[in-house]
Amino acid sequence: MAAQIAEQTKVEPKVADDAAIVFEDVVKDFPGAARPAVNHVSLSVKRGHLVILLGPSGCGKTTLMKMVNRLHEMTSGYIYIEGTPIYALKLEALRRQIGYVIQDVGLFPHMRVEKNIAVVPNLLGWDKPRIDARIDELLKLVGLPPEEYRRRYPRQLSGGQQQRVGIARAMAADPATLLMDEPFAAIDSITRTRLQDELLRIQHTVRKTILFVTHDVEEALRLADEIVIMQNGEVVQYDTPLNILTRPANQFVSQLVGAEDVLRRLSLLAVKDLLEPLTSQAAANHALSIGIGDNLRHALGLIMSSGSDALRVVDEAGNPRGQMTLTALRQLTSDHPNTLLPPDGATT
Amino acid sequence: MIELLSKAYDYIQHNQSRFWEAVGTHLRISLTALALAIIICLPLGIWISRHPQAARYIINLVGVARVIPSIAILFLLVPTLGFGEPTALVALVVLAGPPILINTDAGMRGLNPAVREAGRGMGMSPTQLLTRVELPLALPVIIAGIRTAAVEVIASATIAYLIGIGGLGYFIFAGLPLSRYDLLLVGAIPVAILAFTAELLLSAVQRSFRYQ
Repeated sequence: MAAQIAEQTKVEPKVADDAAIVFEDVVKDFPGAARPAVNHVSLSVKRGHLVILLGPSGCGKTTLMKMVNRLHEMTSGYIYIEGTPIYALKLEALRRQIGYVIQDVGLFPHMRVEKNIAVVPNLLGWDKPRIDARIDELLKLVGLPPEEYRRRYPRQLSGGQQQRVGIARAMAADPATLLMDEPFAAIDSITRTRLQDELLRIQHTVRKTILFVTHDVEEALRLADEIVIMQNGEVVQYDTPLNILTRPANQFVSQLVGAEDVLRRLSLLAVKDLLEPLTSQAAANHALSIGIGDNLRHALGLIMSSGSDALRVVDEAGNPRGQMTLTALRQLTSDHPNTLLPPDGATT
Repeated sequence: MIELLSKAYDYIQHNQSRFWEAVGTHLRISLTALALAIIICLPLGIWISRHPQAARYIINLVGVARVIPSIAILFLLVPTLGFGEPTALVALVVLAGPPILINTDAGMRGLNPAVREAGRGMGMSPTQLLTRVELPLALPVIIAGIRTAAVEVIASATIAYLIGIGGLGYFIFAGLPLSRYDLLLVGAIPVAILAFTAELLLSAVQRSFRYQ
């Protein structure tokens, strides 16, 4: 095993151009464990995508993620970051180029917010003006006015604010990749929703490759570009939230995401998943419109109360973007979603 | 009592050089012993905090050493180290070491694991993690140990006189057989003041390092 890993320092990059993180046949055995924590996992995360590792505790999702920054050492296999095998880099250098956010935030309580954010830039030897500018930029990005928050200690922040700083700190040296280990799990549900929205907003501007671990199905469906569902150390399904809800790979996935509950399924999907071009006159003229980010359960309610069978879909600015129809909703909620979804809706 | 105090004060006035020399020696012995205890027990404490198996044995061993009276250690050492400063220092280090060792161990083990994981995950080397995160955060607990040690050492350094080193013990041990309580106070009161000052200073330092 040691020889195999040592040999990886010489392996030439051999992965697809748009793949930012690649796992190849990755295995992790913990001594004394009955089965491997991660069992021959191969998957590829596209650059700029937010991919969520989802599963019950003990499924191997955290272990899989922590092998990327080598907080766990893999037993065998290959992991590439931006085409480079992780063992080709010095341990500290590898970690400094990956942003890391953890559930317990882990802000350093003896350092002010600014110094917490400056940790990795300092390790990388940035000069002071550059670090200073970066701190302000990041605090603004995560919604904490620098003049008010720079000089605070972590204890002077709420849990939600602390995790905002945690995210700013992880992005300090502008890493292409972020690892997030249940970052919002310890935060109350109202703040959690707000932070999830913030993360989506931030991700919209920065387009990092994010590997995000959670056991919260709703969080996964809200945030993910793609979801990796794991069970007993293996990947059960790797797909978009829509496909996971509408065509779960097996009973386990179906139960995990609650796919059989129609209203629940609708509440977890967004109008954008059913967006089609404006064709129906009813939708074009009808006064009732719905936001593109609203959930389908809300859309169903609007359709029911409006008496029309289509809604106009508008974006945040109120500009029309298309329509959604009751027919599409029916297809989605039918008892046999697998047979009804158009084949072009499938992704890897 | 007032009379005793004024007699003690008069004694100091008339024996200034002897008095200040004793204070100086006392402080020098105490600080040297404390510094040695820190140099030995801080790294040892960090090490045992990472080796819980070894920690059990070492802490027990230290606990045993601690209950031996310093005065006994002093005379046990005389045959090998002779009369002189090394003997006094060893006795005082044995006294000062345990609280520093135990508190360093407790301070390091009491750190929030999330903070360590964050530091490692961000790419700190083990040394950077120790000096930038672990030690600063464990410092309040470590300083509490040093505080206990300092007070004990300052009080116990009086026995250094018994092996001919001087210090404030001189006045106490000279006054005792003569029933010269004023002389005894010339030794005892400055020792109390020194110990109290050390306590105040170090608790102020300790407070300034409290972050959470």
